Amino acid sequence: MTPIPLTHILFVSTALFFIGTYGLFTRRNMITMLMSVELILNSVNINFVAFNKYLYPEKLDGVFFSLFIIAIAAAEAAVAIAIIINLYRNLRSIDVEEASDLKF
Amino acid sequence: MPNAAYIAWIPLLPLAGFVLLGLFGRKYFRSYSGLIGTGIVLVSTVLSVWVAWSYFGQCLSEGFCRQTVPLELTWLSFPSGVSIDMSIILDPISVMMIVVVSLVSLMVHIFSLGYMKGEERFGTYYAFLSLFTFSMLGLVLAGNIFGIYIFWELVGCSSYLLIGFYYDRPTAVAAAKKAFIVTRLADLGFLVGILILSFYGETLDIRTLIERLIHPSIQFASITTASFLGISMLSWGLFLVFIGGAGKSALFPLHIWLPDAMEGPTPVSALIHAATMVVAGVYLVARLYPIYAFSGLQVLKVVQYAGALSAILAAIIACTQTDIKRVLAYSTMSQIGYMMFALGSFHPVGEEAALGYTAGMFHLFTHAFFKALLFLCAGVIIHRVHSNEMKDMGGLRKTMPLTHACFLIGCLAIAGIPPLSGFFSKEEILLAAYHSDKLIYYVGLFTSGLTAFYMFRLYFSVFWRKDGGKRPKEDGGHTEAGGQGYGGAAGAVQGGIARPVQAGVAGAVQGGDHHGEAPMVMKAPLLILAAGAVLAGYAPFFRLVTYNGTPLETHGVSLFAVAPVGLALAGILLAGWLYRKESNRPDQVMVAFGVLYRTAYHKFYIDELYLFVTRKIIFNLIGRPAAWIDRHVVDGLMNFLAALTAWISAAIKRFQSGKVQDYALYFFAGIAGLAILFILRH
Repeated sequence: MTPIPLTHILFVSTALFFIGTYGLFTRRNMITMLMSVELILNSVNINFVAFNKYLYPEKLDGVFFSLFIIAIAAAEAAVAIAIIINLYRNLRSIDVEEASDLKF
Repeated sequence: MPNAAYIAWIPLLPLAGFVLLGLFGRKYFRSYSGLIGTGIVLVSTVLSVWVAWSYFGQCLSEGFCRQTVPLELTWLSFPSGVSIDMSIILDPISVMMIVVVSLVSLMVHIFSLGYMKGEERFGTYYAFLSLFTFSMLGLVLAGNIFGIYIFWELVGCSSYLLIGFYYDRPTAVAAAKKAFIVTRLADLGFLVGILILSFYGETLDIRTLIERLIHPSIQFASITTASFLGISMLSWGLFLVFIGGAGKSALFPLHIWLPDAMEGPTPVSALIHAATMVVAGVYLVARLYPIYAFSGLQVLKVVQYAGALSAILAAIIACTQTDIKRVLAYSTMSQIGYMMFALGSFHPVGEEAALGYTAGMFHLFTHAFFKALLFLCAGVIIHRVHSNEMKDMGGLRKTMPLTHACFLIGCLAIAGIPPLSGFFSKEEILLAAYHSDKLIYYVGLFTSGLTAFYMFRLYFSVFWRKDGGKRPKEDGGHTEAGGQGYGGAAGAVQGGIARPVQAGVAGAVQGGDHHGEAPMVMKAPLLILAAGAVLAGYAPFFRLVTYNGTPLETHGVSLFAVAPVGLALAGILLAGWLYRKESNRPDQVMVAFGVLYRTAYHKFYIDELYLFVTRKIIFNLIGRPAAWIDRHVVDGLMNFLAALTAWISAAIKRFQSGKVQDYALYFFAGIAGLAILFILRH
């Protein structure tokens, strides 16, 4: 069985990245935006693992990096949800368009 | 020899007094501030007298006065070797001046204890007086020409503060501003003069400067060869320095501030605008006298003529004024003119060469006493009568015998009547002028007659004119316990002389407040100054104060004195004939002189001329265009920049929408842009 070429995996991660980006820019629901950010992070994870496996199979740096990113993503999700809850308490909504006080 | 440490204390003590009284006077020791200020000046005076005693004692024993610099601190030094030092110079004139300044200042301090009593800003007043005393003592002691300039500005500043002391009076504020602006304008000349002299002389130290500019040296060659408009830079420098002196000393045509400066409290007029500050210009010329005498004879001629002109013009104006302080102010101006033309009367050959120098300094010395005395007497009178106008006074000799006697002494001294001090100095001045320039001599002679006339016009109008015997009813106030100080003035109304009614009312209300003539603190300075005015003429000036330190020959009273004394007596008799009794003679004389009288009464329209030049010419041709450029070009540029910034920010502020997704988009676009840049670069 021939191994799956690197480009295939990169296609998947790129698709995942742009899906996430698209979601981040178009969704108005903050929870959905958070989910989109997770997609972006995971696409990066896939890249790390893939490059590690295909380019430097004898090393583990990429794997470690993705482990870090998973941990940070968890922390980020906690912080983001805390922000969202606070915004909800203030605005009675989790629509990101409502939170527009941060300007001139 | 006096050592440095305590000479420095002479000016520094009043400075300490200024700081102390200025910071804490009003709050903590309000009623004691006068005593504190007076005590400090007393210490300074004692030190000055001690310095003078030991200095002149040494002069007499050596037969020669040397110039010493007991203290020298380098303060600012520049790479070219020029430095501004804080140094003290001791020579006959500076020692003489510290005695005059501290003594008159002490008298004024004591006098003010009575005169300014109950004043709201009593502590501030004494703080300003201390500041002035400090600056003036610093000015006369400074051995560096830039140091003189610094103190020069300081005396101007304290004069400004004291003229405008009654700051709720618009006239006082205007007078203060006028004095400051006019003297400041003249000081510009002084500054440029200093710069010229020090640029070519390559030093700011007075002794070195004099050394370099009177002997053939590199500096002397460079300053005499350089010229501007055909006049050598040396002459320009000396002339500009003289302009500064003329402004401070109220010489014609820069005198216009002095009569107005009389808005200040009367003791201040006695100290600053009669005895000390206004002679600073004379002192300055005397300080640089060797340069003037050896290298700038043309400039010395200008000094002489400016002095003579202002002496005679001021004397003529003084004959027509009715405000007692203004008469004294013009008389001050006239006497300063005397000192100036005395200094200018340098005759290159002959033994009377520098008689003028000594005579001018001598007159400065005696004038300080009798003019301070006259002003303080005027202060007593004004304190009593509550008016400055001569027509509100009259017949005061009965109620104020002591003031009367002191004022008479002052008048006789200034008129130059023999045994009193003014006679000696005036005679020497006229002698010096006689040897130098006959025209100046006749001007001086005529002025001395005029001086006697206008001083005795003042004297007779204030102390005689209305006699108590004729109208017992109105003048009863004089005899009734001396309490109704205004009784005589009430008689003036009866006598048909127009007078503001409210002044009479105020006088009647306040007349009862003053019992007797004046408090002791006001009488004592009068007595001391009167003693000075009588005795100052006997000081051995010719052996002590000469421009090169070697004594001049003293000569006794000679026949030469007959003409000035005769003229003075004639002036006194004329004044007595006109003003001793009330009559219509003064009015007839007034009519007889017609145009001349009116012109003199309006001070030769010099104020109007200044107003014309400033309002019509300077404001319209320079001020307004400059204001237009400032408003439209300079401000316009700034406004344009501000408007541009505002417009740009208004245009781009939409980017900051407050929506997190927009920010993310910009972020993403930025990253994408960088990525594209990277890809294209490689």
